[in-house]
Amino acid sequence: MDLDFLGQTLLLLISGVPLLLNLAFFSITAGAALAVLLALMRLSGHPLLDRAARGYVFVFRGTPLLVQIFLIYYGLGQFPEIRQSFLWPILRQPYWCALLALTLNTAAYSSEIIRGGILSVPFGQIEAARACGMSRWLIFRRITVPQGLIVALPAYGNEIILMTRSTALASVITLMEVTGIASKIISETFRAVEVFVCAGAIYLILNFAISRGIALLERRLSPRSRASTDLPSVPEPAR
Amino acid sequence: MTSAPDNAIAVSARNLRKRFGALEVLRGISLDAHEGDVISILGASGSGKSTLLRCINLLEIPDDGDVVVAGEAIVLRTGRGGKREPEDRAQVDRIRMQVAMVFQSFNLWSHMTVIENVIEAPVHVQKRPRADALREGLALLEKVGIADKRDAYPAHLSGGQQQRAAIARALAMHPRVMLFDEPTSALDPELVGEVLRVMRTLAAEGRTMLVVTHEMGFAREVSNRVIFLNQGMIEEEGKPGELFAAPRSERLRQFLSSHLGA
Repeated sequence: MDLDFLGQTLLLLISGVPLLLNLAFFSITAGAALAVLLALMRLSGHPLLDRAARGYVFVFRGTPLLVQIFLIYYGLGQFPEIRQSFLWPILRQPYWCALLALTLNTAAYSSEIIRGGILSVPFGQIEAARACGMSRWLIFRRITVPQGLIVALPAYGNEIILMTRSTALASVITLMEVTGIASKIISETFRAVEVFVCAGAIYLILNFAISRGIALLERRLSPRSRASTDLPSVPEPAR
Repeated sequence: MTSAPDNAIAVSARNLRKRFGALEVLRGISLDAHEGDVISILGASGSGKSTLLRCINLLEIPDDGDVVVAGEAIVLRTGRGGKREPEDRAQVDRIRMQVAMVFQSFNLWSHMTVIENVIEAPVHVQKRPRADALREGLALLEKVGIADKRDAYPAHLSGGQQQRAAIARALAMHPRVMLFDEPTSALDPELVGEVLRVMRTLAAEGRTMLVVTHEMGFAREVSNRVIFLNQGMIEEEGKPGELFAAPRSERLRQFLSSHLGA
């Protein structure tokens, strides 16, 4: 084993971590905001808003993220209107294209997770809030969100991890995050296995930290009622 | 119990109609509740009792008719698609604060402790200082007999305790009228008494209460007026003594004999 090479590779790859985290953080944040909007559109009961949100989710869930990245990066430049618009200085940069694709993609998945969380709140509790004179916004903020969040968090944690890994796809449009750097090293050294093992280890460590963070948040959010005596402990099945 | 016809009208329903699809649940119901009235609403299931109560605080929007709370009529308009809706949501929210509701299934907010449930609306809707709401909330829990459960979550309480917490939550808003929608129907028989005891106390304090119930003992002893609904209309109403002793309609006679086991 060539420990020197592994060490050097690891150091080079780690220099791509800031970009990786940057893409993951901003796409997840912006995606969450868009997802809340989409979920509320689905639940609005307004047929037009509902259908628009459904269509959006259908398209972005139904096509590969890789294809979406390609279409945004190579496709948008085909339109002279876009090339001449004020958006072009942004949309011609691979960073913004990758961020846009990741954001639009995660918004579609997250909106369904959020919708499920909102729907999980028992209707009687919403009625009780209405009967107390709480406005829609107050009910959403004080009753729906705190309870829906607990239900949605495990699934949403998955989505966060998924997105962190998906940033690897940004390498196909020349971004030098961890996977991009790995490809470059391989093309220079032809030592694919060692390099990808190092890259894989980096993703693994990042996602370990993220999943621990989510577990911690889950424990903080759920009322003690569920954590302690609410559920009788089930004996482990014998193996 | 004294009748209170001379007091001001606390809440009044005028000619309420409501249909769900082909089923006409309320077929023109009018009633006035004066300050201090305790009105029991009886009727077989499907007679429209709960719907009547839910129309009074606009959890259901009546198709026709008006609801007047403390002299203020709730303004409804016919919106798009011919459905009626409140003209002004803020008005509905404001009126709902004066008409507290206690539900059959308690509907406590499961992510909050008992005391948090009680002070939620006073603090966040009525904007009262938290310390005041807390002090008053604790006194209310004392009153309904669950002060020791102040920091428990609803899931850890018995049904009777949950319903008493829900009553404390309703009281915390200082409502003019309290609506009870079958408050003891979801309870084990041995827990019914503790909730009825609290409701008797409230009645004795002169609170205005509309109670949908199957508890004939409560209706007879505590209320000063009984309304018997049948198929979405008021079949009979009067003082409990007269109504129970001498029902005029065949329907009520049947209903009473099946509920009193006589």
